[in-house]
Amino acid sequence: MNLLSTVKTVVEMRGITKRFAGIVANDNINLVVKKGEIHALLGENGAGKSTLMNILFGLYQPDEGQILINEKPVQISSPNVANELGIGMVHQHFMLVEPFTVTENIILGNEPKKGLTIDIRKAQEEVRQLSLKYGLKVDPEAKIEDISVGMQQRVEILKTLYRGADILIFDEPTAVLTPQEIQELIQIMRNLVNEGKTIILITHKLKEIMAVCNSVTIIRRGKVIDSVAVKETNPDDLAAKMVGREVNFRIDKKPSEPKEVILAVENVTAVGNRGVDALKGISFEIRAGEILGIAGVEGNGQSELIEALTGLRKVKEGRILLSGKEITNQTPRTISESGLSHIPEDRHKRGLVLDFTMSENMVLETYFHPDFNKNGFLDFKAIDRHAAKLIEEFDVRTPSIHTPARALSGGNQQKAIIAREINKDPDLLIAAQPTRGLDVGAIEFIHRRLVEQRDKGKAVLLISLELDEVMNVADRIAVIYEGQIVGIVNPKETSEQELGLMMSGGKRTEGGGTVE
Amino acid sequence: MNRVIQVFTKESFLVPLFAIILGLVVGALAMLAGGFNPLLAYESLVVKVFGDLYNFGEAIRQITPLIFTGLAVAFAFRTGLFNIGAEGQFIMGMLGAVYVGVAFDLPPIIHAVVAIIVGALMGGIWAGIAGYLKAARGVHEVITSIMLNWIGMYFANYILNAFLVPKGQQRSEIVHDSAVITLQALSNFLGGARVHWGTPLALICAVIFFIILWKTKTGYELRAVGLNPHASEYAGMSVNRNIVKAMFISGLFAGLGGACETLGVFHYLAVMSAMPGYGFDGIAVALIGGNTPIGIVLGAFLFGALSYGAAGMKFSAGVPIELIRIVISSVIFFVAAHGIVRYLLKPILAKRKEEGR
Repeated sequence: MNLLSTVKTVVEMRGITKRFAGIVANDNINLVVKKGEIHALLGENGAGKSTLMNILFGLYQPDEGQILINEKPVQISSPNVANELGIGMVHQHFMLVEPFTVTENIILGNEPKKGLTIDIRKAQEEVRQLSLKYGLKVDPEAKIEDISVGMQQRVEILKTLYRGADILIFDEPTAVLTPQEIQELIQIMRNLVNEGKTIILITHKLKEIMAVCNSVTIIRRGKVIDSVAVKETNPDDLAAKMVGREVNFRIDKKPSEPKEVILAVENVTAVGNRGVDALKGISFEIRAGEILGIAGVEGNGQSELIEALTGLRKVKEGRILLSGKEITNQTPRTISESGLSHIPEDRHKRGLVLDFTMSENMVLETYFHPDFNKNGFLDFKAIDRHAAKLIEEFDVRTPSIHTPARALSGGNQQKAIIAREINKDPDLLIAAQPTRGLDVGAIEFIHRRLVEQRDKGKAVLLISLELDEVMNVADRIAVIYEGQIVGIVNPKETSEQELGLMMSGGKRTEGGGTVE
Repeated sequence: MNRVIQVFTKESFLVPLFAIILGLVVGALAMLAGGFNPLLAYESLVVKVFGDLYNFGEAIRQITPLIFTGLAVAFAFRTGLFNIGAEGQFIMGMLGAVYVGVAFDLPPIIHAVVAIIVGALMGGIWAGIAGYLKAARGVHEVITSIMLNWIGMYFANYILNAFLVPKGQQRSEIVHDSAVITLQALSNFLGGARVHWGTPLALICAVIFFIILWKTKTGYELRAVGLNPHASEYAGMSVNRNIVKAMFISGLFAGLGGACETLGVFHYLAVMSAMPGYGFDGIAVALIGGNTPIGIVLGAFLFGALSYGAAGMKFSAGVPIELIRIVISSVIFFVAAHGIVRYLLKPILAKRKEEGR
């Protein structure tokens, strides 16, 4: 540790305060980042991490406080100034031009010229050199729209490196990645640090911090709670500091008591977006009183399965039965009314009408019921009462029921969706990636609600890319691979290794071992 | 009373208001550049509109169709669609109404009502075609509705020439008296100004616009589909059916406008060599009115009054009528570029925020 204190400080933020209309986003924040470290900025959604980093990147000006880069006071009045100071930011939502190639995106705004034209060959060579140096494998000639999200992120990283950044800010970089891509990203970050770069990692995922960071600064409600070396802390401690109370990672649940079959999926085949079969004769069933988890690497048919079950995608072959009633290729409304609720994987795309008020969003699937619909006119008083009740019951933090959904934090939006879906009292609840991008407090809440549904004797289908989540919450785990269920295991009798192998196509034998 | 003040100092109100002032200033600069006296010009514009009863009535006549087309564009906009075809739907409304008015013999009132309904339906169906093409074939409504404007105009000309225009003339026969919707008593009071039932109907339509969108189940669905078709599909709404429905209702407003214009003002329909222009101005009215019913009524009033008053400007100040289009265009420009207006308004808005704390 003494070694660290002799290392140069590259970023120092002193007494930073930033106020937005009515709220203090950053309250007298101090942050010290040493050269060559990976420094995590940990906090719940809305704690003020992004605000602080946007100040460092010159997107916002602080109301009070001082910033020192390489021990010299600076005024970062715009992102251009930040670039000149060697600060680069990899945004959570990528800022790329889709029809352009990787190289074109990287040099955008900084093009090497040859006379009046862009020296694209030189640029490609530079990009190739950079990607070799840091182990970022990308094809400089590929178009952005043709490459995966993980690759796009690498392009963002290369963009900052191309501009000569020494201090890289990563804003929630793993939120959009698959487990494999996360591993690769962690390796990339290590390479960057080995080459003398400094990284600030904005995150609320404790596992990543433990895996890759040197030190961590915890922010809660705009204030710094603590700043510690990762070696001297543990996930429980970090979680407690982040949320402000003890967090229970393990879900206390009694053994499941499965009863009658609620959902039966029989040899279902469906065509995916790419025009080929994404579901290839998939079969499984879920009983009342159990949670079936579906584990798998992204893109193995999970999204298509959800869409087929909820009526959003046509089923080519096979049957789907809900409580014994056939719902194959019925409309979403018929299926919903037959007792199926669905927490969609993309809450902004499917789950909410962001510009509707919370009140309007809470009746998205039920507005036509006689409770709310009187001869074609909606009874907004009844709708408001309904929304107020749900928001209270599920502890959705919103200024008012008439606030647009857009204004809420991700966690509260998700809670609202869950409130709406559970309130329909469904026989089957499909929860797709229900905790994606949420902080530990919200995750704990959502997991408890799923188990509660199960304990009420309902069936729950949990589809998640997070292995931890599936292993913690589900009573049985079905592994999906290339549109088929390759095996069903008991979470208590399996391991991450075994699941990982099955997820990559290894089949499980009757005896419990795995074969290729 | 406080509430009233609040409404009028809201940003959504201040920004268009300021845009209008800026537009007038730009117009004044253009007049100065041309060697005219802008103060005299604006004064005579106001005098023309409010100076006597006849002209005031005529200004109302000018304003009325703009309310209809403004509502048509705004309704589509509220449901996520850009209806550029209000022009064509307006023409179809005129055609439908004039056809019923000329070709049928019905008792008074009933005749007018039938003519108006047919005109409205023609407008609705015309817009519905664009909606259907979008829903069934994915063709963007901006493309189809623009094209349908031209198809509508030439189709109307064809029908006129084939069935309604007497040989050697350029316009249809006059509609039967039973189909005329002039407000006779009011017209007499206003010195013969061509005021008609379309004006109260337009105001009723503004109320209906509000009720459909914000009070009914249909409106809830239409808005949901407009704001997020994916979530609407997830929630079990039929996105395609709602697109057609939204365009149809939007077209009804424009068609009504066209019908009232023929039955209330001209009582005939001339063979057109150019578009009447109300549909396009409707886009501007919807824009300046922020797609709200009250805003549209006010916006239509502004645009109608400006274009009608322009004649007075020419008469008293010698300013060419075309100059008023500069004023109108500048107003639209500043409303569309509300970033500029906000920037200029910043000191005022910031001060209000401080006080609001």
